[in-house]
Order: sequence, then structure tokens, then C-alpha cells
Amino acid sequence: MAYEGKDKVIEEVTGKSYEFGFTSEIESDKAPAGLSEKIIRLISAKKDEPEWMLQWRLNAFAVWQTMDEPNWPHLQYEKPDYQAISYYAAPKQKKQLNSLEEVDPELRRTMDKLGISIEEQKRLSGVAVDFVLDSVSVATSFKDKLAELGIIFCSMSEAVKEHPELVRKHLGTVVPTRDNFFSALNAAVFTDGSFCYIPKGVRCPMELSTYFRINESGTGQFERTLLVADEGSYVSYLEGCTAPQRDENQLHAAVVELVALDEAEIKYSTVQNWYPGDENGKGGIYNFVTKRGICHHRSKISWTQVETGSAVTWKYPSCILKGDNSVGEFYSVAVTNNAQQADTGTKMIHLGKNTHSTIISKGISAGNSHNSYRGLVQIMPSAANARNFSQCDSLLMTDTSGAHTFPYVEVKNPTAQVEHEATTSKIGEDQIFYCLQRGIDAEQAISLIVNGYAKEVLNQLPMEFAVEAQKLLSISLEGSVG
Amino acid sequence: MLKINELKASVEEASILKGLNLTINSGEVHAIMGPNGSGKSTLASVLAGREEYKIEGGSVDFYGEDILEMDATERARAGLFLAFQYPVEIPGVSNINFMRAAVNGKREHEGLDPIKGKDFLEMVKEKSKLVELDGRLRNRSVNEGFSGGEKKRNEIFQMAMLEPKFAILDETDSGLDIDALRIVSEGVNAMRSPERSFLVITHYQRLLDYIVPDFVHVLVDGRIVRSGDKELALELEERGYDWIKEDITA
Ligand SMILES: Nc1ncnc2c1ncn2[C@@H]1O[C@H](COP(=O)(O)OP(=O)(O)O)[C@@H](O)[C@H]1O
Ligand SMILES: [Mg+2]
Repeated sequence: MAYEGKDKVIEEVTGKSYEFGFTSEIESDKAPAGLSEKIIRLISAKKDEPEWMLQWRLNAFAVWQTMDEPNWPHLQYEKPDYQAISYYAAPKQKKQLNSLEEVDPELRRTMDKLGISIEEQKRLSGVAVDFVLDSVSVATSFKDKLAELGIIFCSMSEAVKEHPELVRKHLGTVVPTRDNFFSALNAAVFTDGSFCYIPKGVRCPMELSTYFRINESGTGQFERTLLVADEGSYVSYLEGCTAPQRDENQLHAAVVELVALDEAEIKYSTVQNWYPGDENGKGGIYNFVTKRGICHHRSKISWTQVETGSAVTWKYPSCILKGDNSVGEFYSVAVTNNAQQADTGTKMIHLGKNTHSTIISKGISAGNSHNSYRGLVQIMPSAANARNFSQCDSLLMTDTSGAHTFPYVEVKNPTAQVEHEATTSKIGEDQIFYCLQRGIDAEQAISLIVNGYAKEVLNQLPMEFAVEAQKLLSISLEGSVG
Repeated sequence: MLKINELKASVEEASILKGLNLTINSGEVHAIMGPNGSGKSTLASVLAGREEYKIEGGSVDFYGEDILEMDATERARAGLFLAFQYPVEIPGVSNINFMRAAVNGKREHEGLDPIKGKDFLEMVKEKSKLVELDGRLRNRSVNEGFSGGEKKRNEIFQMAMLEPKFAILDETDSGLDIDALRIVSEGVNAMRSPERSFLVITHYQRLLDYIVPDFVHVLVDGRIVRSGDKELALELEERGYDWIKEDITA
């Protein structure tokens, strides 16, 4: 089992020497730039992986070499030079700071505004934390509780070694290697991520969050997440955090796969706040993510995302509604400011009978940014009585920002009902003035109006997360009306 | 005291207020009547600090301060309230959260801590009684899906919550049936006090039967062309505005 030893827990909490079990063999901690079979063998060897995992990676590499980077998104960015990236670096300890005084004041100001506690601020910004008994006991009881229920929640590296049968059974079944350019790249070189398995009939009693996997929360550039909810189980999973995250790697290409077996339910919530770069987008993260879930009989997958960060976002959390009576949901708020660009949306693929999907997308564009919704609702011939409701709203904060909607609908079964609504509006001068006249200041007025606009989506988030996300929206839009 | 002196204002290059003079002392209720398009709502917007309206001249003194130098939020916090002719809807923002932000804005201005949840709810309860505001409306989004009458009642409820020194009611009576008119007027009357003054903009003398003004002014083409007591309102009701217009041109 993953979390049994007390020593191990303490080790994780204090973050001293938990280094994925391959410390001693490493000579240099960074592979030379470039991608080749040799590098992939190196990654796999450093991670001490079984042969099947290596073969899987090599196959992905071969596939990737035959693919081209997509050109269809409504995005303009300089394509990364894939041979200039180093694909393996030993997990580094974050540079330890001695006190919060050493933290970038801008970052601190934002964390204060988000209402993040001092302890948490220290953790997020890599300040050495005293040995806090309290947090150990929280983490311990958390892990004990999960283990008791048979829930597996660990890093992907650990899962490959400890639970190979589960990983082999599901890895790449929802997002096949050849799905797209970035998923193939990820399959070849992914370094870590999360693995989660909820046994039959178990209702996970707490929100699972990467937060609890303390030392591993510094995510990789090529993260791989696999979440399997066995029959009749339930889990709510939180990814990301509201505090601004910086990373020296510009390109992020994560893959998330969700498997909801019969009558299971997965709620997956994301707050993405990667560094967006300066006003011109310089230095910001490119976030190219493939997220998809498969729904078996009577199961449900619900994606909720609040996207405020990154210079470029390319992301379409999707559901394959394979089982009869299964349900897919997508709730999204995407904010772009300054020179940020987002091309995001969802795909709902209806295969089973009586499958239902709901799409609520709220785009907010400020500055000179561009925000696109791209969605596909596909009703296959087998999907009798399928239903979809889509609502895509765009809110413009300035005259120089843009909103674009690309809703694709393919209906191949005449019994389907598909409904689509879309609106674009400029933030109302009248609404702002109404607030001002009541003694509310301009910043708070915008915050109220924007949060009201995004409410349907924010309501889907777990409570504590929703409160932080609300503040995050306001901060992302500070001084943005024009 | 509010003292407006030779106020001139324009919007989109069109001059609307053309030298308006008006003094309202604490405790007084003034009514402004006038034909459509004469500039009544413009006056309200200018006093409240709406930025599309450009001040071309004149001054406005509000309890010793030049409010033309203040932004809209500051004016509101200083005790100026406008009950809008057309209150806007703010989807997704509950009426009660909205009011809490407003009340706390004012408290901040007064150097007070944000109001405690319990005290706030108590206050909401008490003030909604004043205009018989349905409890359900408090939790709904601001003005969203409210009937015309409900919107106007909500304006008066907000006024009661904020306890301004000076309130402008812009055609609060339009769209109200007789019962609602009575309720709203009683709410306003309950708030009359020696420390508070009102500027009531209306088309109809009917409202002034309920809210009895100390003075009535007639606004035509951006100027106050006649002032009197409430008898003037009755005369206007009877004879319309044309005779006044003729008087001016004569
Ligand atoms: N925002 C605006 N843009 C252009 N014209 C305006 C605006 N507001 C008012 N006006 C014009 O100013 C004049 C006075 O309008 P208003 O103050 O609303 O009159 P009243 O309230 O007395 O009916 C009208 O001719 C109206 O068309
Ligand atoms: Mg008017």
C-alpha cells in the first residue's frame, strides 16, 4: 500500500529526501536537450520502470515523430523547438527561502488578496516551514482514512511500480497515444503525475487534491494523470491552485484520463493560474492539455474549470458517453487579459442511448486578449434519445479584446435533441454606474458583475475552492475595464 | 445643504443643462417637473457623477464640498442617493450581497468595520418592511426578473438601507399601480427628517399628493423656469407645460 509507513509520511511532509527512489544513480540531474530513443530509454531507466512502460513510451515516440503540431486553433504563438527542450530533470527541491521577506512582493500581494494563510503562502513559495505537527497529523489521518477504504492515491511513478495491473489496464485507453501531437509527446516523455483508484461502491469521503500529495505538487512539464472510479463509486478531484504558478519550462503538455465505470461519478475541478507572461505575453506558459473521460453505463463525469493563467491555452476537457444513460458535464470560466490567448471548450461524444450532456462556457476577455470557445457535440447513430444543452456566453471588458465561438454539432441520430445558446456582451456601463452610485468602488463593482456572470460555473466548485476562485477572477481583471 | 449654481452640462456634444440654479436645504422636499427630454434625468446623472456627462460650467456644493470634484462612489458614500428611473439588472449578484457591499462601502468611508452578518440581516429585515419588499426578492439577483413595481420598491429599500443625506427619486412613480404608489410613498415619508432632503422628479402631480413637496420647480430646456409650492403642480396638471413655454418665449 502506498501510505502505510509513518516515517514515509513525515519524510514527505518535511520534504527532505523524498526523491522518487532514484537519487543515488543519477550523475547529472539534467538530460541533454533533444528528444530521441536514447533519451526515452534514459527517462525510463532513471525512473526504474518496468519493460512494458519503456515499450509503451518508445511506441509513443515513434507515433509522435509521424505527427504535426496542430494549426487549427485560433492561436498565434511561436512553435516550440522540441529538440531544444530537456526532457528529463531530476526532481529538484525548490530553492528554499528562509522567510517570506524573500518572496517576490508582487506574488505576496496576490496571495494576500486571495486570502491564502501565511503557512500556506510559505508552502507555496518554498519557504522552509518548521516542523508543524498539525500538518503531519492532518496528512496522516487523511492517508489512513483513504487506505482504510482501499482508495489508491499516489504519484504515477509509484503507481507504475506498485499497481501495474491497474495502470496497464487503463493507461492510454481514454486518450490514445496517437490522439494528437501533444498526447503522443506526453506519452513518450511524461515524468510524473497523479494516479487515483476508487474501489467499487466507495464514496471518497473528501476532496482529493494534489495539495495533499505535498512534495509532489510541483507538477511536471509533461504531467500524466489517470483516475479510475470503479463501479458505483464517487470521487471529487481538485487540480491546481489559485496562487500564481511560475515555471521555468514554457511548454506544458499534460494528459488527464478519467474512467467512470458503471454507475460511478467523477467530479473533476481545475483552477489553472500559470504565469501568463508580461503585458505582451512574453515569458508566459504554453498550456496544451488533453483531458478526456469515458463514461460507462449510468455513470457521470463533470468537468469544471476556471482558467485564468498561461500565455496560450489549448484545452478541451471532453466526455465519451459510451454507456447508456450516462451523463457528461462541462462548466468553464476562461479569463484572458493583456495578450493572453485561450482556445478552449469541450467535446461531448454521445454513443450510448439516453445520454445527456450539458455545456456551460463563460468567456471573459480583457485587454487585447483573445478568447475562443471551441466545442463539438457529436451524436452517433447508436445514441437514441441523446440530449445536449450548450450555453456559451462571452463577456468583453474592452473594445480591443475578442471573443470567438466555434460550436460544431454533428447529429447522426434523428431522435436526438440538441440546444445551443450563445451570447456576447460588453460589460455594462449602466451596471457599473449602478454599483458606483451605491457607494461600491469600481474594482469591486467589476468583481461583483463578473462573478455574477460566472456564477453558474463557480457554483459547481467545492465551497472553499469557489471562494478562492472568485477572488482570483477579480484579481485577474484588475484595472481591466476600458 | 445642496447648492447648484449655473450648472451647465452636455452629453455627446449636445448641451442639455443650460445654467441651472437650485438650492435644497436639509429637511426639504423639492419636486422637479417638466416635459420629456427637458433634462430631468440628466440633472440626476450629473449630480450622481455619471462620467458620460460633461460639466461645461457652474458648481455644485454638497454640505460644504464641491461634489463635481468627487467620483460617483465618493458622492454616494458622502450621502447622495439616486433612485433610478430605469434600475438595471445584475445577473448572478444577489440583492443581499449587493447591498452588503454597498453598506460596507459606506461604513469604510465612515471609518467603521464591515457590518456583522447578524446585524446586517436584522437591518435588511427592518428596512424591507418599510416598502413591503418580498423576502424572496432579497435573495434574487439584483432586479433580475423583477416587475417594474418591484424594481422601484427595491430602489426605495436600498435608499432605506443606505440612509442618505440627500436622495433623488427619478420618476419613481412611473409604472406603479395605486397600491404600490402608496407603499413607496409611505416608505419615503417615513424617511423624511430634518437631516435629510429629497429631490423628487415626476411627471404626475399624483405622486405629490402622497409625498407632499415644500417646493415645486419646472424644468424646461435645461433651465428651471418657474418655482412655486405644491399649487404649481396642480396648475401644471390642469394646464400642461405649454403655457409656461409660451410665458418664457414671450
Ligand atoms: N446618454 C445620452 N446620450 C445622448 N443623449 C442623451 C443622453 N442622455 C440624455 N440625452 C438627451 O438629453 C436630453 C434630456 O434627456 P433626459 O435628461 O433623459 O430628459 P428627461 O429625464 O427630462 O425626460 C434628451 O434630448 C435626451 O435625448
Ligand atoms: Mg427622465
